[in-house]
This record gives sequence, C-alpha cells and structure tokens, in this order.
Amino acid sequence: MTRLNRILLALLALAVPLSLLAGRVWLDPLADLPANALIIITELRLPRAVLALLVGGGLGAAGAAMQGYLRNPLADPGLFGIAPGAALGAVLSLWTGLAAQPWTLPGFALIGAGAAMALLALIAGRSGSVILFTLAGMMIASLAGALMSLAISLAPTPFALSEIVTWLMGALSDRSWNDVAIAAPLCLAGIVTLLAAGRALDALTLGDEVARSLGINPARLRLLMIAGVGLTVGGSVAVAGIIGFVGLIVPHLVRPLTDGRPSQLLVPSVLAGALLLLIADCLCRVLPLAGGELRLGIALSLLGAPFFLRLLLRMRNGLA
Amino acid sequence: MTLRAHDLTLAGRLAGVSLTLAPGQVTAICGPNGAGKSSLLTCLAGLVPPTGGDVSLDDGALAAIPASDRARAIGYLPQQAHVAWDLSVETLVALGRLPWNRDRSEDASAITAAIAALDLADLRRRPVGQLSGGERARALLARVLAGQPRWLLADEPLANFDLMHQQALLAQFRNLAGQGMGVVLVLHDLAQAMNHADRVVVMHGGKIAADGHPETVLDTAIIARVWQTGARWLGDPGQRALALGPVRAR
Repeated sequence: MTRLNRILLALLALAVPLSLLAGRVWLDPLADLPANALIIITELRLPRAVLALLVGGGLGAAGAAMQGYLRNPLADPGLFGIAPGAALGAVLSLWTGLAAQPWTLPGFALIGAGAAMALLALIAGRSGSVILFTLAGMMIASLAGALMSLAISLAPTPFALSEIVTWLMGALSDRSWNDVAIAAPLCLAGIVTLLAAGRALDALTLGDEVARSLGINPARLRLLMIAGVGLTVGGSVAVAGIIGFVGLIVPHLVRPLTDGRPSQLLVPSVLAGALLLLIADCLCRVLPLAGGELRLGIALSLLGAPFFLRLLLRMRNGLA
Repeated sequence: MTLRAHDLTLAGRLAGVSLTLAPGQVTAICGPNGAGKSSLLTCLAGLVPPTGGDVSLDDGALAAIPASDRARAIGYLPQQAHVAWDLSVETLVALGRLPWNRDRSEDASAITAAIAALDLADLRRRPVGQLSGGERARALLARVLAGQPRWLLADEPLANFDLMHQQALLAQFRNLAGQGMGVVLVLHDLAQAMNHADRVVVMHGGKIAADGHPETVLDTAIIARVWQTGARWLGDPGQRALALGPVRAR
C-alpha cells in the first residue's frame, strides 16, 4: 500500500468516530451521554457516515476513472448521462407519488441509471470512439434534464414539486440502514469494477491506438466503464440525490500526490472522496441554519465552484 | 518468424498489398502523402482490421492471436502521441511493460535497458511536460523498447529529431535489427531510407510500386513516377544524398 493510501486511511479512521459525535446534539464522550445517545449513533449517525463513505468513495472512483478514460482532467461522472438518468427515475417516482412506498424511489433511480447505461451502450455500439461515447452521454444527460424539467413544470401538486426540488439538491439527512443496504452492494461492486479497468486506463494515457497496440480491448474497457460508473453513480444518486463536484474535485486534489498514472489514482480517489463527503456532511449538520440544515449537494457546489475557478485560473496562468 | 501481409485491402487506403517481412532487417516504407504507408503499418500491427486479405505472424493469423501475445510481439510507435498525464520519463517508459505479466525484476531491467538505450538516464525523474520535443520522442520510443517486442513498427520515428539524434537513432535501429528485431519504419526522407535500410518498400496509391534493395528500388525513374519530381542521387552508396528538381540534359 502506498504512503498516500495509508495517510488517507488514517484520516478516515480519525474522521469516522468524530463524525458520530457531531450534529445538532453534540455527544461529548468525556461527559455524561444523554439517554438516547446510543440510538442517535446507531440509527442516525452511523448509517449516515457509512453512506457518506460509500457515496463519496464511489463518486471519487467514478471521477478518477472518467478522467482517465476521457484523458481529460475536466471530465466528471455526470458526463456519461448516468447521474441525470438516475435522477430522472427518482423524479418520476416522486411525480407519480409512488415514492411514498419504501424502496420505490431508489428502485426507480436504479432503473433510470440502467436505462441510461443501456442507451449509452446501444448508441456507442461497437465503435471504440471515445468522442462518440462522450457525445452520446451528453445527449442522454440533456434529454434526462429536459424530461426532469418537464416533470417539474407539470408537477401534479405543490407538495410533489417541493419534494422533487428538495430531493434534486442531494443530501444524506434522514437516511437509514435501508439506504445503506441499497448503496453498499452497488457502490462496492462499481468500485471493484473500476479498479479492474486500471491497467487499461494507464495504456490509454498514450491514446487509443497505442492502448490497442499494448493489448487493451477497447470494447471490454468501455463495458467496464459503463458498468463501473453506472453502479457507483446509480447507487449514489439512488440514496443521496445529485451530489456534484466530488467526482471532479477529488481526483484533482489527489493527482499531484501520485505518479500520475490513472490506475494509481483510483484507490486514493476512493479514500479521499469518502473523506471529503464525510467531512462535508458533518459541516452541513453542525452549521446553524434556520429551518433545517444545509443540503449536502448545495454545500459541495458552493465549495466546488471556487475550487474549479481556481483550477481554471491556474491552467490559464500555465498557458500564458 | 515472419510478419506477412497477404492481398491486404482497406477501403480507400490499401488495394491488394502482399509483403513478407523478415526479422533482423531494417525495412523502410516510403511513398508520397496518402500512399497508404501508415495504413499498411497499422494493419501490420494488428490495430486496424483489413477489409480484405490478412496479416499473419509466424504463420498464424494475426487476428486470431490473443491481444496480449500480439502486444508482446509487436511494438508500435505512432507518428504523434499525446501524453495525457504529466508522467515522469520512467513511469512513461514503464507503460511499455503493460502487456507483460508483472514481474518486478524483469520489468525493472527492461525499463532500465530501454532508458539507457535512448540516453535518458539523467532525465528519468523529469515530468514529460518539461521535456524538449526530441527528448519526448526518445522517451516515447523507449516506451516501445521496454516492451521488448520482436517487431518494431514505427511511423516516421525521426520526424522530431535534430540531425545528430537522427543519426544516433538510425544507428540504434540498425543495432536492434542486428539483435534480431524486425524493424519497420515509415520514412519520408528517401536519403535516410537509401543509406540505412536493408529493404525499401515504395507505396503508391494503396499499392506496392517497388520493393527490394534500396539502390535498385529508389532509382530516379521510380522517384519521378511516384513522387512526381525530378531527382538525382549524389555521393557513394551508404552516403547518398538526393538532389531534387528536374534534371536537365546539358
């Protein structure tokens, strides 16, 4: 294990217990704990922390793999259209009111993610072209976005409207072990799938043609990417809604600490993504905000946009 | 131990190319732009499936050989390679080991040998983004050599080099052929092909226009027909130079 991974694991080992103490009710392990402390930890904060780790790790891995696959540091898991597809599924379950049944919303989201993945595989077909693949993803994303807007504009009740809008902002509040049961197998399977693509992504560093000359099968790689990104992003959106920027920022933060090969970026991005989401979620919980707590998706966008701007400015100065 | 193309066609690029390449030789593929040189090279490397005909390696169909076996046998150096990430020279060269099963000591010795062969030892830790064009091209070639292929197929490998490095590299190719490697180079400079290749294949309109020893193949009649320019050879065999322009009778 590299030093970077050891450091990130140590930080996670430190952050997880601390995150269990933070929240509207602060738990002080040195003082007397309130009577309901155990319930707060096991039923509210622990599932939430586990979800943050799963979603953050999954999005981090998806972002690192996407940037490697598209050979572009500005790529983001949203580009493939899988996140918007999953969100569209979730929005439809809210729109029809079916989301009141347990499991329905995540189920719809996964169907949406699966449909986006199938459409992507169908359009990109057997051609190995990454450009065609990206354009297909963007087309799916904009189609799903348009359908979501349609659903919002035709919302049957103001209640459904507010549900949809709130859900789209992404959050980990009020999640339970049920959500962990949905996200865990999907995100973990997705991360394993993406790790299996590591060597092929390394070969892609020198372009499509060289990768093939190094024995990489572009069709297999594309399948691994669709499955890996689909599982991680689909699983994440199903339980947490749209949480942007993690997949974009995390690989950037980690890349200078690695040797630059995409395969070496995957595991640190999983760990750093998990850490980032855990910390961001804790901050959302403890920030005093009238009428509830800051939505995680909003918080990350607020953090992410300036970061992205700084990145662009650095690139501009590098070019000048 | 041959690399053989049989009646190779590729829509709009190649029109029936048959060719048997032997190891231990430097073969130059020459021809004007659009003659099908790069297409022939990518077909020989197994990267593009031909629309007709086939390529065989050691008497087995190249298309039927597992991709990793093919990758270990044939190293391919494209004309332009964009390096997507700012890897160090050593990490870049190590990518050439991807087709091999991981064996640390074998990998390390192949990487070190490739770095030494291209005189990159002082630059091994330097990021590729900080290299000059020539250093970068040497690192990319070292990447191919690190894979220890039996065949080296290179598309205009001398394009980014100054004169001194061109000479050094041509000597390097000769050396590799001497060790038994089959070296196939797409070359634009006919004098380099004339002086440094064992065999020249002239491509024209997707077909082989001439094939054989450079002194016989690259005569002025072929140059006039294929490149549409007058030319005459100066100097002695091995040190030829090409004077271009219509040759006027006095």
